[in-house]
Amino acid sequence: MPATVELPAPVRVSPAPGPAPRTIRRRTHPMWFLFPAYAVLVVFFVLPTLFNFVYAFTDWSGFKSAINPVGFDNFTALASDGTLFRSLRITLLYAVLVAVFQNVFGFGLAVLLERDTAVNRIARTFFLVPVLMSALAVGYLFQAMLKPSGWLADTTWTLLVVSLIHAWKWMGLSMLIYLAGLKTVPEDVMEAARIDGASRWRAFWTIRAPLLAPAVTFTVATALLGSMNGFDIVQATTGGGPARTTEILNIFIYRTFGQGLFAQATTMSLVLFLLVALLAFPVIYLLRRREQIL
Amino acid sequence: MSDLPIWRRLQPYVSVLLVLLLIGAPLWLVVVTAGKSQGEAINPNFALPSRWHLVDNVRQVWVDAQVPAAFLGSMLIVVPTVLLVLLLGSMAAWVLARRTSKLMAVLYAVGISGIILPPAVVTVVLLLRQLGLAGTAVGMIAVYLGIYLSTVIFFVTGFVRTIPESLEEAAQIDGAGPMLVFRRIVLPLLRPVLATATILICLYVWNDVFYAFFVVGGRLDTLPLNLFRVASAGLYLNNWHLIFAYVIMMSLPLVVVFAIAQRKIISGITGGAVK
Repeated sequence: MPATVELPAPVRVSPAPGPAPRTIRRRTHPMWFLFPAYAVLVVFFVLPTLFNFVYAFTDWSGFKSAINPVGFDNFTALASDGTLFRSLRITLLYAVLVAVFQNVFGFGLAVLLERDTAVNRIARTFFLVPVLMSALAVGYLFQAMLKPSGWLADTTWTLLVVSLIHAWKWMGLSMLIYLAGLKTVPEDVMEAARIDGASRWRAFWTIRAPLLAPAVTFTVATALLGSMNGFDIVQATTGGGPARTTEILNIFIYRTFGQGLFAQATTMSLVLFLLVALLAFPVIYLLRRREQIL
Repeated sequence: MSDLPIWRRLQPYVSVLLVLLLIGAPLWLVVVTAGKSQGEAINPNFALPSRWHLVDNVRQVWVDAQVPAAFLGSMLIVVPTVLLVLLLGSMAAWVLARRTSKLMAVLYAVGISGIILPPAVVTVVLLLRQLGLAGTAVGMIAVYLGIYLSTVIFFVTGFVRTIPESLEEAAQIDGAGPMLVFRRIVLPLLRPVLATATILICLYVWNDVFYAFFVVGGRLDTLPLNLFRVASAGLYLNNWHLIFAYVIMMSLPLVVVFAIAQRKIISGITGGAVK
């Protein structure tokens, strides 16, 4: 069989529909474009996280240069004096309170300011101001405002007050996301429901609310998981007090790090990582599944 | 329920009332307290200052707290962080969005995991020490990059997927290499999403005190770190007029940015959240 001598070079003449073959991808979208970003991610994000799993099991401290393995000593010490579970409980409670308040406020504001009028546009801008402010500044502001009332010195209710402040700072962001979600519902669907005789109340809850599911997923997940990593507002309002009743994990980490107790700080940092990682999967999974059911 | 006639009439008043109560009152407290003398500001209240001292207070903070140095420190960190996070993030996001394989899906998941997972703030200090970067601006920038690349990758990858690939193909057929295609075709198309990302990252980094405390605390001053230090060190204890003068000064640059790019910010923030 005579060899076909002149094979045309594999040039794509017309763009084929669907994903292009791998060989072409390799040339047009080379892997090394990923390298700088992933090098930084691995060295400055993944590696310290892996270090957490090592140094939480050592006696690393600011008082001596040697670092020795100590097994689970840090965990048992933190668990036996109650610090571990108290911090966990406070952090979780804080996160849940923030997620609830931030979403309720944000949703309420979105429904209130939904129509595109001049007043509403200006009002929306004002609700975004706290989002832009430094969380530290927000904390000082409310400390100044609430200190005389004693609301920041109550061992039972201060955590609730601080979570309300946190929600106040971020409610504008939730409002924006819910507003965008409300806009995705076409007018004619609502029109059709009204013609079919659905009451306004019913039309709202059976047609518009379910379509907000992606917005709910996003703001609940970010509020819940983000506030677990909170620090500034709690530090600036109470500093973890009174009697450590608002000491969320990051406050503990900050305090023990400042005292040179690096191993304890690392242990709590690992606990926070595991807490968020363990909760992230079920939270996102549950919310996603709700999206599909609704 | 939002178009009941009575509600339609009442709604503007309710909105204005809520703005005054929830936003106006706290901001009012900041402004009047920042304008008071020390004696008047000891117990902050909503009364107007008997004489405005705002300029004097700002001047005193400016000098006593060494604000210019802190401002420079903030700029030194924020500007390179934003530029690098956008460049590296969009380079990676472009390839992540265009290539489809199991490996890419895994890399993407790893790339965006930092949006939710908290960074290891304590051990990163140890790592920086080993690298000789502890307490330096370079170390701080690298840590911020590690934290916020996820956000950029998430937003930009989603955006690239909405851009038709034919735009790139036209240039490829003309013989342009990936560098040229990225620089001349892709980057300009990314402008809206990069504007959003810029604002978000500026907001996070400009206001951050927690990560800065661990990485550069005591070595390099930034505005929030400086505010935190002076407010908790006792220098400003109960000197609310100075704390709030500081807060106003620190917030101004962001307010200016926001006033200029308001529409972009709003459309950008919401674009990623509700598909």
